[in-house]
Amino acid sequence: MPKKSVSAKDKKEEKKTKKQVTEKPDESPIKKTPKSKIEKEEKKKSSETSKKTVKKSVKKKEKKVKKKSTVEEISERKKEIVLPKKIEESKERREIRSDINKILKDKSLSLYIIDDIITRVTEDKKLKTKLKDIISKTLAEYEKNFIDPAEACGIIGAQSIGEPGTQMTMRTFHYAGVAEINVTLGLPRLIEIVDARSIPSTPMMNIYLLDEYKLSADLAKDVANQIEITNLNDVADIEADLTNLTILIKPDTKTMKRKGSKIDDLLESIKKIKKIDAKIEKKKIKITLDEPSYKKLLNVNESLKDLKVKGIDGIKRIIIRKEPEEGYVIYSEGSNLDKVLEIEGVDPYRTTTNDIQAVGRVLGIEAARNIIIQEAYNTLMEQGLNVDKRHIMLVSDVMTSNGTIKAIGRHGVSGEKSSVLSRAAFEITVNHLLDASRRGELDTLGGVAENIIVGQPVNLGTGAVELVMKRSKKKGK
Amino acid sequence: MERARSVTKKIGKIEFSLLSPNEIRKMSATKVITADTYDDDGFPIAMGLMDPRLGVIEPGLRCKTCGQRVGKDKCPGHFGHIDLAMPVIHVGLIKTIRNCLRSTCRECGHLLLTDKQREEYFKELKRYNQEGRNTTYLLKQVIKDCVKAEKCTRCGREVGKIELDKPTSLRENGKKLTPSEVREWLEKIPDEALPLLDINKKSARPEWMILTVLPVPSVAVRPSVTLQSGERSEDDLTHKLVDVIRINQRLQENRDAGAPQLIVEDLWELLQYHITTYLDNQTSGIPPARHRSGRPLKTLAQRLKGKEGRFRSNLSGKRVNFSARTVISPDPNLSINELGVPIRMAEELTVPVKVTSHNIDWCKQMIKQKYLGSDDHAEYIPGVNYVVRETDGMRRRIKVTEKNAEDVAEKLEIGSSIERQLMNGDIALFNRQPSLHRMSMMAHRVKVVPDKTFRFNLCVCPPYNADFDGDEMNLHLIQGEEAKAEAEILMKVQENILSPRFGGAIIGGIHDHISGCFLLTHKDRKIPLDDASHILAAINYDGKNFKTFTEDGKKYISGKDVFSTLLPKSLNLEYKAKACFNCDTCQAPNCPHNAYVIVKNGVLKQGIIDENGIGAFKGKILDRIIRDHGMDAGREFIDNFTKLAIASITLFGFTTSIDDEDIPDEAKKQIAEGIGKALKKISGLVKAYEAGELESLPGRSLEETLEMEIMKVTGKTRDMAGEIAGSHLGMDNSAVMMAKSGARGSMLNLSQMSGCVGQQAVRGERISRGYQYRTLPHFKRGDLGASAKGFVASCYKSGLSPTEYFFHSMGGREGLVDTAVRTSRSGYMQRRLINALEDVKVENDGTVRHAGGQIIQFIYGEDGIDPTRSMGGNAVDIDRIISDVKEGV
Repeated sequence: MPKKSVSAKDKKEEKKTKKQVTEKPDESPIKKTPKSKIEKEEKKKSSETSKKTVKKSVKKKEKKVKKKSTVEEISERKKEIVLPKKIEESKERREIRSDINKILKDKSLSLYIIDDIITRVTEDKKLKTKLKDIISKTLAEYEKNFIDPAEACGIIGAQSIGEPGTQMTMRTFHYAGVAEINVTLGLPRLIEIVDARSIPSTPMMNIYLLDEYKLSADLAKDVANQIEITNLNDVADIEADLTNLTILIKPDTKTMKRKGSKIDDLLESIKKIKKIDAKIEKKKIKITLDEPSYKKLLNVNESLKDLKVKGIDGIKRIIIRKEPEEGYVIYSEGSNLDKVLEIEGVDPYRTTTNDIQAVGRVLGIEAARNIIIQEAYNTLMEQGLNVDKRHIMLVSDVMTSNGTIKAIGRHGVSGEKSSVLSRAAFEITVNHLLDASRRGELDTLGGVAENIIVGQPVNLGTGAVELVMKRSKKKGK
Repeated sequence: MERARSVTKKIGKIEFSLLSPNEIRKMSATKVITADTYDDDGFPIAMGLMDPRLGVIEPGLRCKTCGQRVGKDKCPGHFGHIDLAMPVIHVGLIKTIRNCLRSTCRECGHLLLTDKQREEYFKELKRYNQEGRNTTYLLKQVIKDCVKAEKCTRCGREVGKIELDKPTSLRENGKKLTPSEVREWLEKIPDEALPLLDINKKSARPEWMILTVLPVPSVAVRPSVTLQSGERSEDDLTHKLVDVIRINQRLQENRDAGAPQLIVEDLWELLQYHITTYLDNQTSGIPPARHRSGRPLKTLAQRLKGKEGRFRSNLSGKRVNFSARTVISPDPNLSINELGVPIRMAEELTVPVKVTSHNIDWCKQMIKQKYLGSDDHAEYIPGVNYVVRETDGMRRRIKVTEKNAEDVAEKLEIGSSIERQLMNGDIALFNRQPSLHRMSMMAHRVKVVPDKTFRFNLCVCPPYNADFDGDEMNLHLIQGEEAKAEAEILMKVQENILSPRFGGAIIGGIHDHISGCFLLTHKDRKIPLDDASHILAAINYDGKNFKTFTEDGKKYISGKDVFSTLLPKSLNLEYKAKACFNCDTCQAPNCPHNAYVIVKNGVLKQGIIDENGIGAFKGKILDRIIRDHGMDAGREFIDNFTKLAIASITLFGFTTSIDDEDIPDEAKKQIAEGIGKALKKISGLVKAYEAGELESLPGRSLEETLEMEIMKVTGKTRDMAGEIAGSHLGMDNSAVMMAKSGARGSMLNLSQMSGCVGQQAVRGERISRGYQYRTLPHFKRGDLGASAKGFVASCYKSGLSPTEYFFHSMGGREGLVDTAVRTSRSGYMQRRLINALEDVKVENDGTVRHAGGQIIQFIYGEDGIDPTRSMGGNAVDIDRIISDVKEGV
């Protein structure tokens, strides 16, 4: 099972530390470090034509720019961000790694396989002598299991995610980790992810804390108080005095203390309301209106009730739990990623939200891609449905391939297809045809739907290759 | 002949463009002026809507334009045209027209942009196109900028505000613009401005969006049907065209006669209405045109749109010949690759065979043999239905009957082909809807069987998701040799044992296969030698003799040894069986429950074979055999273990009945006590709540807290009852055997039958709706107790009380509704997913790309591994490699 942390953050951290290779032994395939990507690209270079490389570099540039800007933003906002401890690879592991690389020479293996082998070899020293044997066998099997060219991996992926949909539940259940927070799960959640909704129906966050905060209950509580939204109504009684046209606010000392706020803070936030005057009188706050009017008083009274005195917009409820091997973790109902990351004590590298668009906004497209994979995978796994991660990766990559998060459907991926016939065959048929004729669009019949429509073999699988038997002249006879 | 046919033309690309009035006139076969279709004698009127120059529909008649007939030479039909008296706006393009008007000057037709702006936009557009980016947003921006302009920069004319009254009328500064005025305006727009208006100057001119000529589709597009009464019934489009012509005529007459402006305008508007509904009869804002019977007409847009429209129903999906459909039923004696096809179908379905010098004798025999008469009446003899002779491009199809069989056979020539009936061993595609994944359509080898249903091996149920409660399935016969080869290699059932979804077997033992293997392998079963021979006869065992042991003078064989006959000699495997109890401390190799399976050198040393060994989705042994020995071995293993399991289960006997759920009175008492305690606890909670003593959970209201607490208690109560019941149902109980081995049912089902059904829930909460303040009139108002809110304390076996039964039905209803909603929602999600991903494929260089060439992934799935071949998601099985290396294999 993958860890909860978002790999995008790992990536970013690595960007900063100039390709410091951090190795985690149990890295799952999805948690790819940029190094592996670079490696892959290098491998590709030889086989790629010049045209493709041009395209690729454009894409790469875009991504880089995007990432840099978000990194800068965050580091500007919080200069003193503490980098998580770099996991220095032990000398032994490094030695084995270099050995393996020597054996591999120009061939390549996926990083996580190499890591796996290293872990095994460190566990059992006897294997060191047989490293060559292991690598050659692994390579052989790796190559055997390689995907075939022209494989219709898109359709297979879509089927693999769609087919178990019929077996999923419709209801929302309690979240497996925290009983108190309801989270949309099952089919509705999967549809939500695929739709790339701007706000999930049940937003929530897992807020991880930095070292000293996660160990102390008080400090964790402190952070939680800064995050959870507190309304004036929650910490004080509001009384409207209709005869004098004043409002009296009596803070409840007990809850005030629990929430860690002071009367001055209340005054501060009350003063943000326009056209009123507020003063502290005997541990109470007295509010008078600039222009006394009965109607206005009631209006002010109403707005006071919902007045935010503390916390972050959108975070409705907070639950602090002590997790084994982690310490205190804050779970929140409601989500506001960028604001929460600014809070001191919050670990910005591991804190996650289920709001995909917010992740895309704050952390960039690569992070969004990873959160889509993670959310979709967890939704499926939670239902006990086993789906290979590669399928989900493909869906996620299709959604994020041009730098923005596109929905699967007529407003996103399907609506932006290059083929007119394919779009017309999906939805809003007539408009697509009319627009196409106005624009003089050209359908080059490269895809599946178009070729079926015109009655030609589809350019996938066995249809992608053309084999013509050469009729040689009859020999002899 | 064959060569000529194989080199067909290929469509390279399709270009879309608007038809100009000139083009419409040019391609028109005739002008249509009369609204009538046929004269009194039933002949089509010239220059009417059914003019023979527009093509013919009756077979035998010749088209007056091309001189071809409809059937054989395929006259495709020809367009006609109607000259409109006054121009009319095309509804579908009204938004574009509006945008054109908004962003150009009425006086000079130029864009309402400053020269600088325009230059910049052109530059930007060029850049976008070079980079292959979507220009929609940019072009929207152009229009926004244009609307801001107050004066034309060229001629200084003040810009009016253009408004669109849905569906087809436009106003400038509140004054209505007639289509003629709009057309004049649009004509002024220079070609250079068009790219910024998102119009391709090569394919369209703005003024073409105002119709002056209406093309009339050929008769073939709108065929009239002759009813049984001899009456002709015209197509909806014809009806609509009649309306258009009529009004057009009246408009022309009135205008020419110099009728008052008001009348002309009214008629003009009416013409606009008819043409609008002719194009799209669901335009919002106007009433749909109706048939005399009151049914809305199906006009051009409706023909294309939606699920039943041309695109989705005729172009993306096509009807086929050589297919069949019937009810399915199981047949354990068939191999998983086989399919039983009823004789009646086999005699109707054909496969073409080319007659060559090599097979001419065989073909002759085929034609004749059906009618030679055979001794065995039950035997199926395939015959030939048709002989197709091709001479000088003429195709002649001769039906073979009993009378002419001999004759036809003798006259058979090389080069013609026969359409022979289905034979054993033919390959055919078998499919069940909904086809949610590629395993929903697999190739089988045909075996012709009597009776009227398709028959196949039970192991193939999971991929099709089929059962035999009346399901029907489809069969498609393969007609070409290439297709046959492809199906054989890629689509055969045995090639699809591994699912690409998770890289495990999707075809494997189910139900009785698992029970059978369980019976065979659990508890050191010993089988008398003769019984064992009987079981082994089912798989035609011809191996060496067995290790037997003697007890009480009888010879026995261990059940595990019998199972081991199926395993390849090189198999080494250790895993946990489904029957594993998940003990706190696993004593792995020495499991007291016999749940740790060890196979060494192809011999089952210990452990029970159950769902985790041979089952669909989970079978570990199955998985390993396929990976090590290939698909053929996998198929053989499945075929054999099913036969072995069925033979053993029939021999040992296996049954379950209501007394399997019997538990001793003492246990019943225990459960009743437990439930009593729980009820007390719940009433305590309710009391505490009512007294206001209940402490609420953080962030929850008191009511929510109470509900959560009660749900917790009821959940625990059911588990408790299940545990008690389970502890009294031993492993020798058939129902427990099935549940534990994974054959069918679960322990939860059993505990509900003999322990306690538990809390019923609707929307994840206790049942709360019904009457005012109460669920049923049997309870007091405001009763929050367990039984008033849907807790079912009885078990299915003892029976439910009326209120319990009612609550249970409520829960059951929710489940049904849920399923109905879910299928439609997930179906649509899958359609969207497929549409978004259908063009994505792995290229030769290993990258994953869209049809357009855009790279999605540089390497598939970050490691380029095919999920089907992966080891449960991992690229390579390192455990195995290392253990292999250790052993020095």
